[in-house]
Order: sequence, then structure tokens, then C-alpha cells
Amino acid sequence: MKIKEKEEEIISEFEMFDDWMDKYNYIIEIGKSLPGLDEENKQEKYLIKGCQARVWLVPEFKNGEVVFSADSDALITKGIVALLIRVLSRQPPEDIVNADLEFIDRIGLKEHLSQTRSNGLLNMIKQMKLYALAFKAKQQK
Amino acid sequence: MALNIKQLRKEFPILNQTVNGRQLIYFDNAATTHKPKSVVDRLTEYYYNENSNIHRGAHYLSQKATEAYEDARKTVASFINAPHQHEIIFTRGTTEAINLVASSFGKKFIRPGDEVIISALEHHSNIVPWQIACEERDATLKVIPINEKGELILEEYQKMLNEKTRLVAITHVSNSLGTVNPVKEMIEAAHSKDIPVLIDGAQAIPHMKVDVQELNCDFYCFSGHKMYGPMGVGVLYGKEEWLEKMPPYQGGGEMIKEVTFEKTTYNELPFKFEAGTPNVGDVLGMEAAVKFISYLRHENIAAHEKELLNYALDKLGKFEKIRFVGNAGHRTSVVSFLFEDIHPYDTGTILDKLGIAVRTGHHCAQPVMDFFNIPGTVRASLAVYNTKEEIDTLVEALEKVREMFA
Ligand SMILES: Cc1ncc(COP(=O)(O)O)c(C=O)c1O
Repeated sequence: MKIKEKEEEIISEFEMFDDWMDKYNYIIEIGKSLPGLDEENKQEKYLIKGCQARVWLVPEFKNGEVVFSADSDALITKGIVALLIRVLSRQPPEDIVNADLEFIDRIGLKEHLSQTRSNGLLNMIKQMKLYALAFKAKQQK
Repeated sequence: MALNIKQLRKEFPILNQTVNGRQLIYFDNAATTHKPKSVVDRLTEYYYNENSNIHRGAHYLSQKATEAYEDARKTVASFINAPHQHEIIFTRGTTEAINLVASSFGKKFIRPGDEVIISALEHHSNIVPWQIACEERDATLKVIPINEKGELILEEYQKMLNEKTRLVAITHVSNSLGTVNPVKEMIEAAHSKDIPVLIDGAQAIPHMKVDVQELNCDFYCFSGHKMYGPMGVGVLYGKEEWLEKMPPYQGGGEMIKEVTFEKTTYNELPFKFEAGTPNVGDVLGMEAAVKFISYLRHENIAAHEKELLNYALDKLGKFEKIRFVGNAGHRTSVVSFLFEDIHPYDTGTILDKLGIAVRTGHHCAQPVMDFFNIPGTVRASLAVYNTKEEIDTLVEALEKVREMFA
């Protein structure tokens, strides 16, 4: 499935909730169901800077696609990174770099994009795109 | 006299708003307090009727503004019982006040091999300027450790004071835990070895009467915005004998060129340390905040806040798995806590959704969090306009948080 299709899928799932509380409960559920990382992967070099909760993001490059795995010690943050992984993982680097991730706004998580939010959603996206960019450069060599 | 809080809240229009459809509850007062109408009105009054550059033109408005500005200095001096008006330097805030001393005092008095003492409770604003000064001057920074309650270990402090110690810089009240440090005794101990002491009073001034002569501190720093005043303004009190010996912090040469009469005044206290056009409007706003506090009286504010603190500790203490961080015997109305099984960030996010403003994270005091080995806390810092009903709402909100995460 393409990035856009996955975004649409998430948007329609979130349309079921008209209450923020249900929405957050869902994000927490998503967070709980993300496999997370083994302790040995929770390394300093995988930490995303600028997040109030710790977020580790591990990228791999397999068969022309970037595969992300991640973990966080806060559940909401973990849920949010899980959504990003659902959309961006197992996609070609080019598509990741160009993704506009409109779904964040559409499912009402835009407030997490503001600079004052230290959950670092912006930093997560930036880091994912940077990894994709690096893999893309490697691919072209 | 018990304060009429309901009446008092009318002075703070900002409190009367909804967030996410709920009545706003503001428990982030250690970050900044709200401003009463009298402060906002003073700002408006200044810009509508008095705005002018000061200490310069001989025209009517300039004289009026100059007088108002210097009157504010008098008000602030008497608020903290400073012996002389010229010992009050207006700054941008606590941070700039500390940087001023670290830079100017540092240049003149800190030599290679010297030591500066701070504590493990400091805000980054009272750590980094000293790290910079020590690095520049090849001096060493010493840190007074804390115990499990979040109190300074005074025996360790005593041992640190020696002939190499050039200055002690400690906070009056910890911003992350609310611990009130025994600064008077600590100052006496330092003075017995002729060591000057700077007190970071940012978190003390809104909650307790500060008398710089009684404390006998050499420097005292605070911010307007944490004491019901405007942002962008603060105070450095310094003893004349030190300020006289310290070189200027910033230069404002063009001023001297423009008005020759000014040149002489520039070199005198307090103008030596107030280069450039000062923040007149906000200084007047801060003066209004001082008057606001003086009108309510510190003892009434403290009594109300103590009642709130005890109420909050009692109610929150009933939660399962709650951990209070900082249990100092003497503390201000700050409750720093976390649930053992829920990340403080998660707690804070849900509280925000429920219209409750708290601070989560390390509160610019990372070493404190490292000491307790926690990622941060949820901090509810209470001010004079907070109520028990608001604490009840916090308790309900936390019940929801536990439902969602536990
Ligand atoms: C204890 C303490 N010191 C210094 C500061 C810095 O104050 P400002 O940012 O107003 O300069 C703060 C503010 O959070 C504080 O709590």
C-alpha cells in the first residue's frame, strides 16, 4: 500500500471517534501494540533529540525499502510514533522524503506539531526523512 | 486576614476562559504567573500617556517617564528593604541578573584555581553562567549535594567553603521541588570566611517576604513575570561595595556621545549596569506588581498557598502509585510528582486536554531529575489565585489519567 492509502486508512479509523478521549485511548492502544525494541537497541544513537519522553527510532534498508522500528517510554508518544511507522515503514526512500503526512492534521493531532510541544513529533518526522534521504543517496551511488 | 480569592480572581481576566471546552485551571505559576489588571493597566497608562525615553531630553514627557522609572526603583528597593536605591539594577530577568554578576564579578574577582559553589537544586540559569565564567577563568564549579527529601546537605556545604571559594550562588527556593533553602545560615557561613553570596530569588519573591538586609546577601536576583508582573524585566540587587568594584556588563557608548551630561551619570550606579534604553514600561508594570503583592501582604499570600499545598498533598497522597519528588520540611506551594507506572508526559498531555495547565519534564533543572533517577515530574505550582476546587478538579482529572493508562 502506498503512503497516501495508509494515511486514508488511518483517517477513516479516526473518523469513528468524536470525543478526544476515545481518540487518545485509541492512540494509547496503538502504542501498547507496537512491538517496541529490545533493550540492546535502546541506544543513545537511536534517540530522537528534542522529545520530552525518550523515543528510539531504528532504521533498516531492505529490498529498496526503509523499515523503521521504534519505542518510547511514554505511551502517547509510542502511539504517535507507531502511526508514523504504519505510514512510512516499508516504503521506498523517495516516497518517505516526499510524504506530506497530511493525516496528522486530519486526525486532529496537529497540536502535536507545534514547536512548543516537546513530544517531538516534528523531530520524529524529520529524523525519518533524514534516514530515508541517506538511504536514497546510498542507493544512487 | 484571609483573602477573598473569588474577588481576587476577578483581577485576572485570563483565568476566566475555557480550554478544550473546560474551565482553565492554571497550575504552572512557577513558569510564569498571570498579571492582575492593575499591572496591565499600568502598562497601558505608560504607553498612552507617559512614553518617552528617559534620563535624556529635558522635555515634559521625558521628565515624567524618568521620574516614574526612578520611583519604581525606590518602590522595588523598599520592597526588598535594600539600603540604597542605586543598589537596584533593572535587568531583563533573573537570567540576565545572574549573567551580569557571573560576567562582571567573574572578570574582576575569579582567578585560575578559584572555586565557585552552586547547588544541585539550581535552575539552569544559575548553573550555566557559572560554568561559562569558570571555564573562562580556569576556575572550578563545586556543587552542594541534596538528600532524598530534596534538601541541601549543609555539612557538605560547610566542608566546601575554603580560601579558594570566590563566590556562592544558590537558589532561595527550588523551582522543581519547592524546597526553601536556609539561605540566611548559608550566607552567614560564607561570610565567616569573607565569601560573598548570590541568591537566585526567582521562586521566592512571589511567595515570601524578602529582606536583603536581614539575609545580608551580596546579590539577590528575581524576575518580574514570576511575581505577577510583566515579562522581560527583572532585578539585580547588589551591595554597593561589590557593584562599585565590578566593571560594566554591557557598553552603550552611543549614549555617552549623544548627551555629554549623560556621560557622568552612566558611570555611576545604577546606570553603569543599565546600558541602552531601559525597559521603562515593564519596569513600571513590575512596580504595579510589587504594589499588588504589598497590598495583599506576603503573609496572607503565604497562608493561602500553604493551605492549598496541604490540601493538595493530602488529596493527591490518596492515589495509588503516586510518588512525590521533594519532601522538604520547608517548602513553597509546589507539588512535583509522578505515577510510578505512567510517564509524566502522558499524565501532562491528558491534563492539558482536560484544561489543566501543569508543567511536565525536567523544569530546567536536569541535575535534580538525574539525582532522583526519573525522566521528569508533573509539577503543579500554585499561586494566590488558585483554589481548593481547582485541586479537586485536578484529582478528578488524575483519576481519569489512571483509568486510561494504568
Ligand atoms: C529558580 C529560577 N531561577 C532562574 C529562573 C530564570 O528566570 P527567567 O527566565 O525569568 O530569567 C527561573 C525560571 O524558571 C527559576 O525558576
